[in-house]
Amino acid sequence: MIKKTVSSVEEALKGVQDGMTFMLGGFGLCGIPEKAIAELVRLGISDITCISNNAGVDDFGLGLLLQKRQIKKMISSYVGENDEFERQMLSGELEVELTPQGTLAEKCRAAQSGFPAFYTPAGYGTEVAEGKETREFNGKMYVLEEAFKADFAFVKAWKGDEAGNLIFKGTARNFNPCMCGAAKITVAEVEELVPAGALDPNQIHVPGIFVQRIFQGNDYEKRIEQRTVRKRN
Amino acid sequence: MLDKNGIAKRIAQEVKDGYYVNLGIGIPTLVANFVRDDISVEFQSENGVLGMGPFPFEGEEDADVINAGKQTITTLPGASFFDSATSFSMIRGQHVDLTILGAMEVAENGDIANWKIPGKMVKGMGGAMDLVASAEHIIVAMMHTNRSGQSKLLKKCSLPLTGVQCVKKIVTNLAVLEIGPKGFILLERAPGVSVEEIKAATEGNLIVEGEIPEMKLG
Repeated sequence: MIKKTVSSVEEALKGVQDGMTFMLGGFGLCGIPEKAIAELVRLGISDITCISNNAGVDDFGLGLLLQKRQIKKMISSYVGENDEFERQMLSGELEVELTPQGTLAEKCRAAQSGFPAFYTPAGYGTEVAEGKETREFNGKMYVLEEAFKADFAFVKAWKGDEAGNLIFKGTARNFNPCMCGAAKITVAEVEELVPAGALDPNQIHVPGIFVQRIFQGNDYEKRIEQRTVRKRN
Repeated sequence: MLDKNGIAKRIAQEVKDGYYVNLGIGIPTLVANFVRDDISVEFQSENGVLGMGPFPFEGEEDADVINAGKQTITTLPGASFFDSATSFSMIRGQHVDLTILGAMEVAENGDIANWKIPGKMVKGMGGAMDLVASAEHIIVAMMHTNRSGQSKLLKKCSLPLTGVQCVKKIVTNLAVLEIGPKGFILLERAPGVSVEEIKAATEGNLIVEGEIPEMKLG
């Protein structure tokens, strides 16, 4: 068994530098690598490019890195509820590449799977397709999209073992599995790290081969963006 | 004239037994409340869940179980979770039968714009471009006019496009319309709304053939 365990977030992020490109899992604040983000803030590295579906909210998630102006460029599908993101984007302080959500996921999966590019119908005829090669297949038009290239992928899972195998919970899975193995180094943080053999191989979502470093994070905040409930009758 | 719930109620009639349905944020989310109980339908949310249920009871919210609007949800028996790439395989691969989404503008050729007002508002397209480029059945749920009273059913979209020639059906507070080769075909009027009022609120080419029935909302 090849051990992927590291003892701390500091060790897990060894090698991150100014100007690098990072992938970060999560949808909104759900399933984000909270510990890796906090460490990036602490390290104070700058000029980074982040590939992440969203950019957190003003005071949590990637919003923390935006506040400190550590991010040079965001590649995301939805800005949504982050006012600071929208402000930096409209003022031109922040470079933003808005990418259709399915294309974003597939650009990760292509990088993970060794495909340099793929054709998708998403964005054909829109400004997303400007400057990109297009091609007709069976009477329908498609846009050529290239795989991402990234230095680190930071993902968050529910459980993981020493071999780097991962299991996710609920919709906290989202982009995390697509990003594993899609960067030069994949760092997984988990809520519960167990010895090899403790997880059922039948239930593994991401095999450890896609993960280089794994550590257990404690006290996850797991902030809820929209708390919607119904009343008991 | 319909309110948002009325629009959702009318759209719910388009949801058929055995359909997998993706609901966008806003009015489309309300559609789930009006689908008949005697048919089997599964709701997909593109952040990675199929078989979405109602909001959780107070105190039972789970931060790890949300929909694409980032709202806490529950799942129903038979539900599944999956990653984002798999989610969009369901969408692009046309396994999802029906997409219902909102729009800022729709053109008479089926073009749709709903993600950006240059220089003013940029929310991003989220999954909308993937959804409209692939879905076989797309229904747009929106108000017929914007806040300043201008038509949202246009000859040509003025805002950056989300997709081209993809919208099939539109349900507004005034009418049900279909996109035909020559423009918006008027199918139904909202209760109490005249053809003249719909004409006046539609900038694009409106095709009115014969008697236009009033919607039956049941």
